[in-house]
Amino acid sequence: MSALIEIEGLTKRFGGFTAVDHVSFSVARGEVLGFLGPNGAGKTTTMRMLAGFITPSEGRARIDGHDVQDDALAARRALGFLPEGAPSYPEMTVEGFLRFIASIRGYHGGEASARVEHALGLTALVPVRMQGIDTLSKGFRRRVGLAQALLHDPPVLVLDEPTDGLDPNQKHEVRALITRMAPSKAIVISTHILEEVAAVCTRAIIIAAGRVVADATPAELARQHPSGELEDVFRALTASPAKAA
Amino acid sequence: MRTALTIARRELGGYFATPVAWVFIVIFLLLQGALTFNLGQFFDRNQADLAPFFEFLPWVFVLLVPAITMRLWAEERRLGTIELLLTLPVGRGAAVVGKFLAAWVFCAIALALTFPFVITVNLLGSPDNGVIAAGYVGALLLAGAFLAIGAAISALTKNQVIAFVLSVAVCFLFAASSFPLVTDFLGRNAPVLVGIAGRLSVFARFDTFTRGVIEARDVIFFASFIGFWLFVNTLVVELRKAD
Repeated sequence: MSALIEIEGLTKRFGGFTAVDHVSFSVARGEVLGFLGPNGAGKTTTMRMLAGFITPSEGRARIDGHDVQDDALAARRALGFLPEGAPSYPEMTVEGFLRFIASIRGYHGGEASARVEHALGLTALVPVRMQGIDTLSKGFRRRVGLAQALLHDPPVLVLDEPTDGLDPNQKHEVRALITRMAPSKAIVISTHILEEVAAVCTRAIIIAAGRVVADATPAELARQHPSGELEDVFRALTASPAKAA
Repeated sequence: MRTALTIARRELGGYFATPVAWVFIVIFLLLQGALTFNLGQFFDRNQADLAPFFEFLPWVFVLLVPAITMRLWAEERRLGTIELLLTLPVGRGAAVVGKFLAAWVFCAIALALTFPFVITVNLLGSPDNGVIAAGYVGALLLAGAFLAIGAAISALTKNQVIAFVLSVAVCFLFAASSFPLVTDFLGRNAPVLVGIAGRLSVFARFDTFTRGVIEARDVIFFASFIGFWLFVNTLVVELRKAD
């Protein structure tokens, strides 16, 4: 079976600065890819290129076989994307916002209601459905962003820091949700919480200064350092290129 | 087209979800009323028409229409929702048209609320309501022209104040382009531009409507003017989406 996410030589330059430097990888159905790297390593830029928000300087990305530049609408239909910071419209209610997303995604009438209910249920937002998004705490807003990404049950999920700002219980729930959905989807999550990678990811990619420096299962990665700790591997891999640069 | 309407509905709801809509409508009606009745000497003229009303309307639009459009894209940029909106399966054009439509409908609502002027003039005399209707059609097209300018400029920045000030300036430029001040200046320095500036003057076109004349070429002018700025808007969104 071909991969649901295919990235080939993706590169982004801002002026003279190369934020992402020939990144290539693919993610098959059933895989949960942890996308790791220090702040400024190029995680968000890579995800934005994959989602079609930033135009790459070089290389290409395909979602479910659709090129994100040349066949953008088809690619975006197959994608559920949680942008960095989980942006949403503060003046809308949770339900109003999800109804808007459902309508944009082409659901109307009873089907739209069913989709919204399902997304509210998955992300435990039912109690606050009528509340204005501007009145919600950071953790709830993050879940609104997640609900928006899950609404159309896409084959590909790209989540930029899905558990940022959540309390330990909520983190646990979101991780459980990701694990539950994993078999039928290709999922990429960016994070700098290393325990999360060990908990939910089947594979991890570490990028530093815009380049892929490791691509393996969390267990294989951990073995690369005598201590067997993912954190030590992460520091060893990401600290050195920064010094060299 | 359906996604454009979905976006328009959300955007229009956004206007009324905050005090912005109410403040705008109240100020618009107060300003328009004060100018028509006091400065325009609506009663002293002893004529049953809305000429003073339509005389000041364009200037009120130059000042207030950019207040409607300043948030359209700048706010999306500030909140980061532009990243959400542009990664949904929505064409750039549909997003641009949807936002523009919302602002236009909002303007139409504000214009419709000036109905007491029409009632007043009909109670006091027997005006030519056809001329008044043509004036309103012109007003809606003029508002559309300024809205299209404002929306495109709003896409350039995440700062609403900058969007507002720049839009007022550009709208003023198109408003004043047939005025003697401008044509004299151009006549002295760049005579070729005099004709072009006159043709691009949205005020001169609007005047025709207020005299009760709806000409196809004026309607086509406004339609192409709006179309041009919506195209610019789409380009700006596409080229500067992630900035």
